[in-house]
Formats: sequence, structure tokens, C-alpha cells
Amino acid sequence: MVTVWAVLQPGIILELVVAGLPPELRELPPDRLGLVLNDIKNLVSGNIVSGTPDPTILAAAEHYRNLQLTGHVCLWIVALLLATVGIVHSWRAISPKLRARNRVERVVTLLLIVSSTVAIFTTIGIVLSVLFESIRFFHKVPLTDFLLGLQWSPQTAIRADQIGSSGAFGMVPLFAGTLLISGIAMLVAVPIGLMSALYLSEYASPKFRATAKPLLEILAGIPTVVYGFFAALTVAPLIRDTGTALGLQVASESALAAGLVMGIMIIPFVSSLSDDVINAVPQSMRDGSYALGATKSETIKRVLLPAALPGIVGSILLAVSRAIGETMIVVMAAGLSANLTANPLQAVTTVTVQIVTLLTGDQEFDSAKTLAAFALGLMLFVVTLILNIIALRVVRKYREQYE
Amino acid sequence: MNKSDDSAATPPRRDIKALVNAGLKRRHAAERRFRWYGLTAISLGLAFVVLMFANIIGKGYPAFWQTYIELPITFDAAVIDPAGTRDPETLANADYAALIRASLRGLFPQVEGRRDLRALYGLISSNAPHRLRGEILADPALIGTTQVIQVLASAEVDTLVKGNINRALDESLRPISDQEIAWIDQLTADGRLTKRFNTILFSNGDSREPEQAGIRGALMGSFYTLLITFLLSFPIGVASAVYLEEFAPKNRWTDLIEVNINNLAAVPSIVFGLLGLAVFINFFGLPRSAPLVGGLVLSLMTLPVIIIAGRAALTSVPPSIREAALGMGASKLQMVSHHVLPLAMPGMLTGSIIGMARALGESAPLLMIGMVAFIVDVPRGFTDPATVLPVQIYLWADLPERAFVERTSAAIMVLLGFMILMNGLAIVLRKRFERRW
Repeated sequence: MVTVWAVLQPGIILELVVAGLPPELRELPPDRLGLVLNDIKNLVSGNIVSGTPDPTILAAAEHYRNLQLTGHVCLWIVALLLATVGIVHSWRAISPKLRARNRVERVVTLLLIVSSTVAIFTTIGIVLSVLFESIRFFHKVPLTDFLLGLQWSPQTAIRADQIGSSGAFGMVPLFAGTLLISGIAMLVAVPIGLMSALYLSEYASPKFRATAKPLLEILAGIPTVVYGFFAALTVAPLIRDTGTALGLQVASESALAAGLVMGIMIIPFVSSLSDDVINAVPQSMRDGSYALGATKSETIKRVLLPAALPGIVGSILLAVSRAIGETMIVVMAAGLSANLTANPLQAVTTVTVQIVTLLTGDQEFDSAKTLAAFALGLMLFVVTLILNIIALRVVRKYREQYE
Repeated sequence: MNKSDDSAATPPRRDIKALVNAGLKRRHAAERRFRWYGLTAISLGLAFVVLMFANIIGKGYPAFWQTYIELPITFDAAVIDPAGTRDPETLANADYAALIRASLRGLFPQVEGRRDLRALYGLISSNAPHRLRGEILADPALIGTTQVIQVLASAEVDTLVKGNINRALDESLRPISDQEIAWIDQLTADGRLTKRFNTILFSNGDSREPEQAGIRGALMGSFYTLLITFLLSFPIGVASAVYLEEFAPKNRWTDLIEVNINNLAAVPSIVFGLLGLAVFINFFGLPRSAPLVGGLVLSLMTLPVIIIAGRAALTSVPPSIREAALGMGASKLQMVSHHVLPLAMPGMLTGSIIGMARALGESAPLLMIGMVAFIVDVPRGFTDPATVLPVQIYLWADLPERAFVERTSAAIMVLLGFMILMNGLAIVLRKRFERRW
């Protein structure tokens, strides 16, 4: 109640003050009016006012102060009134017949239900917010141009004769760049993650496992901005210098650097997810294989991996969706120019980098440039959602098989 | 089939043994190889952990020390307070930079010419006059005396003293000239350079001058943001976990909620930023760059984590507790709030702390809602423009000065310190209160 009041009061008072202003002031354009109102507010709170206040503004300030006072008094009166009404109501309701517990519980259960729907409202909010802006974007740029265009240069021309502002919105180079970097990341993360999971669950002594596993999982807890810093300031120069020493042309913001570091970040995802999956394979299958005389590695390769394959694929898919949606590493270590290339030594850009660059900084909200960010966000959301749904379904099916 | 056929099909016993033995060497080699691959993979992973920490600590620890220059400052009454009134207003507005310039000229009488003098004055950080003013305002009796005061050196001096500028490089490639190096060497020889613990890093907001830039503003921004996140996501998360685990009927609606929560946990964080921009800022008109909006966005992100952890904690409470409570005549809500929830609380708190640690490290969605501005003032409320620690790191990482690289690493060390602290707290909580049923 009080908060609602506190939120609404300044707005209402402002309206009343504006209505009380002389007509020649009311006719001012909104930004000038805002300045005048600021003057009035400053007068009220006793701050320094720009220039000498003229009598109309002084009068308005007086009006404002009075209204504020009235507002406070009204708030007190209403609050006291409500409190008395509440006391009287509860006084009259209390009787041996009243099932108070049931009533209270009904209200609490309702609150619980409401809070559990927040998740659904979040999803709806995400879908609606990106969808609406995307539809506005597709009114300006046709969907086919967006999905199939090979050119990305979101600078829209301000003047007609401007050079280099083609305003092309083809997302193919962005997705190609995203896939290139994610691909490099998976090349790093899958072998290392999978082999670590296999070693930890099949070979390692319990003591080794108990220390190595949490240490590996530190990698998952490090904030991505730290990885980005590491990629941009340590790995990228290293790769560039090595490349130059080998006589290769390496861009200073190569896809390789971002991909490698992203791969390091994803190692614990792959390893802990596949660890769960491998542990879900029943011991009897391993025992059967050993009884036939197979060595440990043969058991792993011929029995364990085929049995756990669906689960492993699921965890890899989850890791891929993570890599596609990763932002800070690529913002800091990957480039901005949209090259359509498969060369990991060149600079590429990704969907997330473009969303960030299009939306940071001051921009009007109607230009195709800002709306394009929402369209990219929609694509990102859809792609990761599909990957996640497939992965979760695969993993769940696989779990049921062995339970 | 008769027996003789069978024995003819399988080779004699000795042969099988020979066959197995022949392959055994190869198979054992393969076994060793495979084992070795696994060990290499783990060592690689661990090596990355060590490498990153070593890299960041190696770069960042010098930032905790800062170079100061000892200058003999004559608090000349003619400059500070010509009228001799000792009026605080006059003292506050006096030209303290002139005192520093005079002191430097006294130390280096051979320096002449406008440009050289300006280079000389550039050795001292631009905030040094504020320092002198503080001294005088605290003790006006100093006027007329000569004191040895330690003033903050500029970032270039600091970088040189820490050995991060290659003196062998050509003068044009260095941020600092030969002449300046000579001055600094002379100051070093005179014992006028001292290194002190860098308190500025923890007491100042952001600045364009590396030696004056601190993380206080970002830390406060992170604090306000996380406070909002916790206040929103913890009650809602616990309530949804309780509803889904204890009250909800098994039907399509609750299935939908579950699928939703699992999917939300895997949605890229930047998409939450888009949601925040479109809904909270453009639709509801909340202020940009405010911890309030950041907290709202982050709480939507941490909610699934808390719900999932909370449900796990609730399921670990054995049904006998519930049955006993119901048997004593408690209602369902009383059973949950008096018995199940207190027992599950440590687990829920652990999950929430881990979720909060993740929220602390999150930066991508906050870039979307404008918490990426250059903000000097330390935020003092939920609607003040602010930035958070990871975003501060991102901003500093873009700046070219070597001194900022150092400070970025130091900020990362602080961030990692907080995360280790939070995760440690979660582990302690789990160890202390976890019950095995």
C-alpha cells in the first residue's frame, strides 16, 4: 500500500503542478517543460536553482510543497483508517466457529502457486520481448534476407550519399563464426573432458578422484569475464607470436584464441555430465566384460562407451548450446568484422558479440540496428532451446533405460 | 551334431592359450596407452587451472602496491592564505598544485623550459593537490612549515618502478621518455620513492587515471545488485520449490513448470539481458544502469538454480518426518513450515549461495541493461547508476595502459576471492548442517 502510494504520489503531484502552471509555460515543448519542473523541484528541496526564479515558478514551487504536505497527511489518514477497519474486521470475525488455519493456509498456498509460475512468466517474457522486436525488425528487413544473406554490416546510412553504410543484415557469417569458435571449443573440450571423466570414474583411486574432480570443477566456477581477459591478453598474443614465428598470417583477434579458451571453460561441463552418465551404466555390464577376459580399456571402448553413448551425446549437445550462447569470452577475444571464413587464424565475429555491440551505447530504439540485436537474440534462443530440448530428452531416455 | 565335429571346429586348448598370449602384449600396451591418455587429459585440465591462476596472480599482485614520491613541501602562506584569515573556504580553494610544482623545481633546479617542466610535473598524479588540501584543512598550523609529504606518483612512474617498461626500447616506443627515466632514477637514488599498500584501489571509484582508479564503486554496485537478487530469488525460489515438491499435483501444468525451469537454467545469459532491456527498461521504464534492474535480471537467472537445489534438499528429507507430523494432527502447511523446511534449509541455503556466486560473476546480461558506463561516483542506492565488479573488469581490460592491465588482474583476484569465499561458505554450511538420513 505504502509503496504504491510512494510510487504514485510524485507523478500525481507533478501533473497537478503542471495543471496549475500558467498557460504560456504549459505550452512549452516537453523537454523545456522538464527543465522548468526541475527548477521547481530544486526550489522545493532548497537546492541551487539555475538563474533567478521568476514569480510564476516560485508560486508553482509553493503549490508543489503544499500538495506534498497534503499528500503526506492523506497517506497517514488512509493508513490509520485501513488499520482500524482491519482491527474491527478481525475482532468481529474471531469466534470459535472460525477455521482460521484453513483460511490462512489457502492464502499461503495461493502465494506458493503464484511464485512457482514466475518461471513460466519469465519464459513468456523472454519469448514475447524478443519476438515483438524481431517482428518489427522483419518489417524493415525481410526474413529471407536475414536468414540467407551472406553480408553483415549493420551500419545504416544516415545520409543517402554515405559510403560504407550498406545496412546488410545477413546472419550467415555470424552463425558461421559462432559455429567455427564453438567447433574449436568442442575440439578442445570433448577429448579432454571425456577422457578425464573416463579416467576419474574407471581408473582413479577414490582419493585421487576426491581431489581432482573439485579442482577440475573450479574451471566451471571462474567467471567468464576472467576467461575473456585471459584469452585477449595472454592466449591471443601467444598464438599470434607463434603464428608469426611459423610464417603464418594470424589476426590478433583470431578465432583460435577465443575457441581454445572457451574449450577450457567447457571441459568441466563435458566431464561432469559424462561422469554422471558413465556412472549410470550398471556395474554388471562391466563385470560381464571382465569375466570374458577383456582389459579395462577394452571394456571401456567396447562396452561402456556404446552403452553410454546416447548420454554422452546429450551432454555434448548441452555443452554446444553453452558454447553458442557464451558471450564474454568472444566479446573480449573475438573480432567485430563479419568474415565468412573457415580459417581459425582469421578474425570472425559471433551472434553474441553482435548483440552486445549493437545494444551497448546510446541508440534510438527504432533503428533496424538495435532491432537486429533482438532478431539475433531470437535466433540464439531458438537454437539453444532446440539443442537443450533434444539433449535433455536424450539424457532422460537414456537414464530410464538403466533405472 | 556329434562330438567329433565340435572338437574339430575349435582348435586344441594349447593353441587358444598361445593365441591369447600372442595378443596380450599388444593389448596391455593399448591399456597403458589408454590410461596414459586419461591421465594426460586430467593433467591438462588441472594445468589450465594452475596456468590461469598463476597468470592472473602474477600480473595482478603488483597492483596492491603503489609508488609514492616523497616531496619536501613548503606550505607557503603567500600561496595558500595570502590574507592570513585561515578561513576554511580560502584554504579549500588555494592553489596546492603550485606548491608541488615549486617543490619539484627545487629538487630539479636544472630543468628549464615549458615543455620539460610540464613533463616534470607529470611525474606526480593529478590528485596530489587534493592530498595537500586534506592535510591543511585537517591542521592549518602546518602553513608556513616545510613537511616531507608522500604524494602519489603517476601511473607511468609506477609502471617503470615495477619494471614493466622495457628501458632498452626506443624512446618513441615507450610511454615514458629518457629524460623522465633519468629524473625517476635520480629520485630512486635519493631514496624518495616508496611503495605502499594500495588503499586507493579499495577506496576509489573508477577513474581515467590508472593510479586513481579503484573498485569501490564496482564493489558497492555488485553488493546492491546481489542484495536485490537474493531478496527476490530466495523467497520465490523456496516457495516454488516447496510448492512443486510438497503440494503440486502431478499433472500437465506442473510438468510444464518443470520443463520450463530446466530450460531456463540452460538459456544463454545474454538472452536474459535482452529480456531486461525490453521489459524492465523499455516497458516498465525503470532507470538504466541501476542495480535494481540488474538485480531483477540476475534474480530471474538464479531462480532456476535455487529451485532445483531447493527441490533436491526437500526430497532428501525422509517421508517419516512428514508422516509423523501429519499423524500429530498438523496440517500440510504446518508440516512443511515447522518440520520439513527447517530440515531442508541448509541444503537450500547452500544452493542459493552457489547461485549467488554465479550471479556475482555474471556480466553479459548486465551489459545489455547499460551497467557498462564509466561511473566515477560510488553508488549509494538501488537506483543510482552503477557497474558491477565483472563489468568493471571488462571495461578495464579494454584500456591500453599497462597500469590498467595490472589493476584488472587485481580486480579479478578480488572477484575470485569473493567467489571462493562464497563457495567455501556453502561447503562449510553443507558439512556442518547436512544430515544423512
